[in-house]
Amino acid sequence: MTVLFGQLFTGISIGAVLLLIALGLALTFGQMNVINMAHGEFIMAGAYTTYVLQQSITGAGLSLAVALPVAFVVAGTMGVLLEVLLIRRLYARPLDTLLVTWGVSLILQQLARDIFGSPNVQTRAPELLTGNVALPGGLTIANNRLFILALALAAVAALTLALRLTPLGRRIRAVVQNRDLAAVSGIATSRVDRTTFFLGSGLAGLAGVALTLLGPIGPTMGTNLIIDAFLVVVVGGIGQLKGSVIVAFALGVLQATGEYLTTLSVAKVIVFVAIVAFLQWRPQGLFTLRTRSLA
Amino acid sequence: MSLFRGRRILAGAMTLVAAAAMTACGSKTTDEGGATGVTADVSGDTVKVGLLNSLSGTMAISEVTVRDSIMLAVEEINAAGGVLGKKIQPVGEDGASDWPTFAEKAEKLISEDRVAAVFGCWTSASRKAVKPVFEKNKALLFYPVQYEGLEQSPYIFYTGATTNQQIVPGLDYLKSQGAKSVYLVGSDYVFPRTANKIIKAYATANGMTVLGEDYAPLGSTEFGTIVNKVKSSGADAVFNTLNGDSNVAFFKEYKSAGLSAAAMPVVSVSIAEEEVKGIGTQYLEGQLTAWNYYQTTPGAANSKFVAAYKAKYGADKPTSDPMEAAYVGVHLWKAMVEKAGAFDVEKVRSASDGITFDAPEGLVTVDGKTQHIAKTARIGKIGADGLITEVWNSGKPVAPDPYLKTYPWASGLS
Repeated sequence: MTVLFGQLFTGISIGAVLLLIALGLALTFGQMNVINMAHGEFIMAGAYTTYVLQQSITGAGLSLAVALPVAFVVAGTMGVLLEVLLIRRLYARPLDTLLVTWGVSLILQQLARDIFGSPNVQTRAPELLTGNVALPGGLTIANNRLFILALALAAVAALTLALRLTPLGRRIRAVVQNRDLAAVSGIATSRVDRTTFFLGSGLAGLAGVALTLLGPIGPTMGTNLIIDAFLVVVVGGIGQLKGSVIVAFALGVLQATGEYLTTLSVAKVIVFVAIVAFLQWRPQGLFTLRTRSLA
Repeated sequence: MSLFRGRRILAGAMTLVAAAAMTACGSKTTDEGGATGVTADVSGDTVKVGLLNSLSGTMAISEVTVRDSIMLAVEEINAAGGVLGKKIQPVGEDGASDWPTFAEKAEKLISEDRVAAVFGCWTSASRKAVKPVFEKNKALLFYPVQYEGLEQSPYIFYTGATTNQQIVPGLDYLKSQGAKSVYLVGSDYVFPRTANKIIKAYATANGMTVLGEDYAPLGSTEFGTIVNKVKSSGADAVFNTLNGDSNVAFFKEYKSAGLSAAAMPVVSVSIAEEEVKGIGTQYLEGQLTAWNYYQTTPGAANSKFVAAYKAKYGADKPTSDPMEAAYVGVHLWKAMVEKAGAFDVEKVRSASDGITFDAPEGLVTVDGKTQHIAKTARIGKIGADGLITEVWNSGKPVAPDPYLKTYPWASGLS
């Protein structure tokens, strides 16, 4: 029973990680339909930001708290630069965007290698986040996992509210639903694109900070995550946040269950087969955005 | 632009990424046929040797450190007058973490550069890829990394540990500490699977129980489930054959699940000083490793090696077991050539038996029959400063036994 709950929580926390790395992508890919292969490197930028800050701020807890907003801004700024310098010029040419951003991702990886060296670097986690909460029945829940779950949920909540309630969110939704109509209604679509890209990339930076608590910080960490992130967004349905949220947790639990009953490699296969089968049945993903746009 | 068009392109992109990942696992047999032995070019006043390491790609992290220590050995030998009066001229090639590339570059070093010996390779996959090249050309490779054993090529000298010099001593140590049960965690490829087969045979013969065995795909960083299983198994110890980045995620998860070195020690065979730096001592303090050399290994030879390495590459650069084995390889080759009085491969091979070298790890002796070296096994404990201190050693060098022929329990393995 303990193991069962342990596994359920493991599944939920795998889901939280998936959600966190996919959330930014749900904005840039899901909303703007830009395939940004360098998204993983923005996650890496967030992780390295945590590392750099820890060199000057000694308290592990304080540096983590500072890293969250700083990484958001660092990754977001990188995203805006990418959008302004390259992606903007390629909006009608998705295949070129893909190749260009993949090139950018390789450049960023090499840049990280040149600046920080190719071996992994380490950060210290605050003592509080390396412990765990013991529940009756011998069940323990790791604090870092709880923290990541909370962070993912907070990010989803903040993003949902921003999209629903703020004027910026209204503009983003208008551009997503019908770019031409939004433009003739007086919305500066290119400025909205830039802001959306800032938010999406910034969320990747946030994910990077969270991942320092779980895994390695190295030049190739982003590449390992990018496929999972795209899977979540594609299965969730493009243009919808709630699809990504549901799919992230569903895949997390499926992965954890598969891992427990079989092996890690087989579990990965199970997840991929399930995704392929699902997309055969619903090629448009879990949720679709209904618009009257002609595009 | 339609949403579906974007998706189709994405599918293409994913295939591209997957294909890029696959090339790293591909293998190619190099067989141009016909050639029987290329003689090294030693006509001038220098002798060329090949250095074959990955300077790019995922293995670069580890292999660059090996290249650095090989260069250190070459410089030392040249400063002392070279080999048979000839200065060593190193020819470097990048294996690029890609096994067919290793085979190609090996061919190039042997046939075009006509080197007297090649030093390098790290993964077993790269060694298996170049092995036919060296055998076909009757050229020499010095391989510096601990590996899964069960191999003995006449054209390879293995200066790292084979299983009976690393894994078996690791198990002996656990047994002596009273461990009755172990849990096996490893990456999903040839080394951990072979190692675990050996561990299971050892356990059966020594009254230990293997409570579970789990493999993570290489590069996997999600260890929630495995750590849950390890924890609920209640094993006395964990034997860890994970490789690379997976170790970071595993140890972070291990600690946050409330497990510790005191409650359930982990013995690792792929974590050396360099890796400790990348994982964080916060997660590793008190955990065990099995190797033949640590930066802290006492002795004048090691103080000299560590000081020379740090002077050349930086005070913050640790020295580790594979680096030391690579460094030793170059010196052993020099001794073999001098004993043979020639650079000729067959003469060097027949001169190899019994060659000794006062290595940083202690005295090592070449066993001419297996072309492995006798070396002392050392179990170490990771300290808060990131260095590993020895807690046990085999007392004397352990004779290499790549096929575990002297261990009755291993009879059914190979």
